Amino acid sequence: MNAALAKRLGAIQYDAQGRLRHLLTLEGLQRDTVDALFTLADSLVEVGGRSIKSVPLLRGKTVVLLFFEASTRTRTTFEIAAKRLSADVVTLDVPASSTSKGESLLDTIANLEAMQTDAFVVRHADSGAAQLIASHVAPQVAVVNAGDGCHAHPTQALLDLYTIRQHRGGFEGLKVAIVGDVLHSRVARSQLAGLRLLGVDDIRLVGPPTLVPPRLASLGGRVCHDPREGLDGVDVVMMLRLQRERMTGGFVPSDREYFALYGLTEAALAAARPDALVMHPGPINRGVEIASAVADGKRSLILPQVTNGIAIRMAVLAQTLGRGSGGDE
Amino acid sequence: MPNTPTEADLAAALEHLATACAALRLDDPLLVGIETGGIWLAQWLHQRLGLTTPVAGLDVGFYRDDLQRAGLKSAVRPSSLPPSVDNRQIVLVDDVLHTGRTVCAALRELFDFGRPACVRLLVLVDRGGRELPVAADAVGLQLALPADRRLRLSGPQPLRATVEPA
Amino acid sequence: MSDATRLTLRGGRVIDPASGTDTVADVRVEDGRIVAIGPLPDHGDGEVLDVRGRWVLPGLVDLAGQVGSPDALSRRELQAAAAGGITQLGVMPAPAAGWDNPAVIGRLRDGARALGLLRLAPVGALTAGLGGEQLAELGLLRRAGCRLVGQGGQPIGARVLRRGLEYAHGHGLTAVIDAEDAELAGDGCVHEGAVGVQLGLTGIPVAAEVTALSRALALATACQARVHVHGVSSAAGVALLRAAKAAGLAVTADTPVWNLHFTDEDIGAYAPAFHLRPPLREAGDRAALRAALADGTLDAVCSDHRAVDGEAKRRPFARCTPGAAGFEALLALVLELVDAGEVPLRRALAALTSEPGTILGDGGRLSAGAVADLCVVDPQARWTVDAASWHSAGQCTPAWGRTLRGRVTLTLLGGRTVYRLSENSHDR
Repeated sequence: MNAALAKRLGAIQYDAQGRLRHLLTLEGLQRDTVDALFTLADSLVEVGGRSIKSVPLLRGKTVVLLFFEASTRTRTTFEIAAKRLSADVVTLDVPASSTSKGESLLDTIANLEAMQTDAFVVRHADSGAAQLIASHVAPQVAVVNAGDGCHAHPTQALLDLYTIRQHRGGFEGLKVAIVGDVLHSRVARSQLAGLRLLGVDDIRLVGPPTLVPPRLASLGGRVCHDPREGLDGVDVVMMLRLQRERMTGGFVPSDREYFALYGLTEAALAAARPDALVMHPGPINRGVEIASAVADGKRSLILPQVTNGIAIRMAVLAQTLGRGSGGDE
Repeated sequence: MPNTPTEADLAAALEHLATACAALRLDDPLLVGIETGGIWLAQWLHQRLGLTTPVAGLDVGFYRDDLQRAGLKSAVRPSSLPPSVDNRQIVLVDDVLHTGRTVCAALRELFDFGRPACVRLLVLVDRGGRELPVAADAVGLQLALPADRRLRLSGPQPLRATVEPA
Repeated sequence: MSDATRLTLRGGRVIDPASGTDTVADVRVEDGRIVAIGPLPDHGDGEVLDVRGRWVLPGLVDLAGQVGSPDALSRRELQAAAAGGITQLGVMPAPAAGWDNPAVIGRLRDGARALGLLRLAPVGALTAGLGGEQLAELGLLRRAGCRLVGQGGQPIGARVLRRGLEYAHGHGLTAVIDAEDAELAGDGCVHEGAVGVQLGLTGIPVAAEVTALSRALALATACQARVHVHGVSSAAGVALLRAAKAAGLAVTADTPVWNLHFTDEDIGAYAPAFHLRPPLREAGDRAALRAALADGTLDAVCSDHRAVDGEAKRRPFARCTPGAAGFEALLALVLELVDAGEVPLRRALAALTSEPGTILGDGGRLSAGAVADLCVVDPQARWTVDAASWHSAGQCTPAWGRTLRGRVTLTLLGGRTVYRLSENSHDR
């Protein structure tokens, strides 16, 4: 990973007092920021267990969920997260047509800002969309990236790392494999940035050469086209979804071939440590990238990931929106 | 400038507080310590009075009334109240009572856990300077401090009070 | 704009790369031509300009820049070119604009002539409609004034390209080869490298340039045709060019000025000004381009000027229209390379005057008897690119906000003043 580039991408996320103002990417974030988010998430997890599942932290604030790409799962967890912080939530599903030039993007933002919005949670099909929005909003408005093109999905990576922390305690000496379509994955890029920030440097990128070409090593992982080598001795296996388009785009010949060579089955998992954790951002394609037995097995953390997703997103919203308008602390 | 309470003063205050708490004649009260200063005090009282229900902790970080201005203090601990406090006799415990805002925030949070039968407030030191109509049901010792001074307490070992500029 | 038919430029450093002239001398312009260069007596008539401390250069020749469509030329952008000291501009063909039609070519040249701000050298279409299938009427385009024909970035198959090269050669036309294979480039918008990977943007591999060049050079060799490669951006591309030239092929090449200065790292946090085509590549590529300019492997530097509308750059990176305005920064940016010791002055100025002039068939020379297309440059003047100094409508450009050294103070087209730097805008 290009450190100078990461720093530039990360800089806009902090305000003049050094507090987290936007969450667009894990690149260029400080370690303290991530630790603080984890600590905050620890406190907020408990809120979901109460009879009144909310705290008034963001009362009176308006959060707009602006989803240019369809997503029920991420959108719903953000909605729940915002509501558990007592924020008012507005959801806008903007259909993204293939001819859309995105010219409405900044206009849409400007119109919403005129309605006293405090935060935007944005998912967009184009890399860099979140940065573009963040550089155009008013100083007190927060932007949270729910996924921009192939670039970043920071809250997903944070919840993945939080889940690992929950089950492993820490990240010291961890060996991690990221398996699947890394080339097109914003989740993988954010996971890489996050793992490296937390001091993990044994990261394997596993998949066929078309989806994990050698140049991806510049992201900070070791490219492995042989899953046995890639999964050898790992503590955590992070699976990625294989999208349909990859077949028609000439990246892989078929589901069947992909599953036979790269699918995470019990047999494939045997190369990893016996207590290795299995994770997947969802939704899973059973029988394509992962076998049902593994997805539902006892090492799978797929469901805890979902629960943690709410706490992490609450923490992110609390941190960025809960900055306070005054300077004194 | 009033004298800073000595260890002996504080020890006496603790005993006074324990006696006052017993005199409230509560039935299986739930002691709730307000983070962070009220936790050790609640645990001390719990042991001193031989209570059964375990002490709970409450962090008012998400309920403060100055969030809009000052923002979130990041080190907010999880609150450890039981899922419901309906019909419980609650005793809120804090080390220092000053403006009364922390107690109000604690009440706001408490009521998100249900409807207690009653809420009593015990504090080790009441240093005056109230900004809201809050009064403790039992106080260990009274101490008038000017607004530009802050009182820090630690306990039970070492049991110490420090007065420093606010 | 004065209409001085008699003008003397006194005491400037006259540099003409074509002849090797580099001397302090006076230049006399009469009736649109340079009548004398040398120590000249006072004529007593006409305007006399004191240009001591300044350079007098041939008007710059920019091989590629966009200034609107044949029927809607942008006066503002032409003025920007004049402000950049440019007197002759090559314009690449664009789809759906009739560049295969001799009448359209004629209208383009007439329109430019009517505006009188610079000379346009249209590059005609190689195939009908730029569709890559049928040859355009190259003979008629030649008669309408084209010296070059090309595809303007549109794809073309090997078989048709070969026919095109043969036919063009037969009419004395130079074929412009785009240094990018459209199919391999796909919908890429950055260089395919570590930066593109990190930013999650689809990349254009160096292989797209290498395959396009290899194919074109092989075909040109087979047909003995003369070709000009437009938009070289990589070290690998440079290597192919060098080999082709060494083998005696009649090939010339240009690179956009941006690729000599910036790399993909300059994109940073998705800065739209750096969404360019050809894409900015890596430091090694930039170094190779500089070395190629210095040793003549690259003949010319172009601006690739495109005044992209503000809205078209206010989109997510991949959706922005590629390109940036650069007429006015072209000279200063090339001179920066001279100051850095990377390219000798004469070579650098040749790349902006005599070399592109030769490629276009005319222009880029300053000599007695030649048409008075020239520019006066203050080589020491420092100026900042901002709304006060920049004439083009394109403000989303890598040059924006930069302080440059070297500024055009006067541009003459056929002896007429088409640009003069106003005295009170000498800034900072």
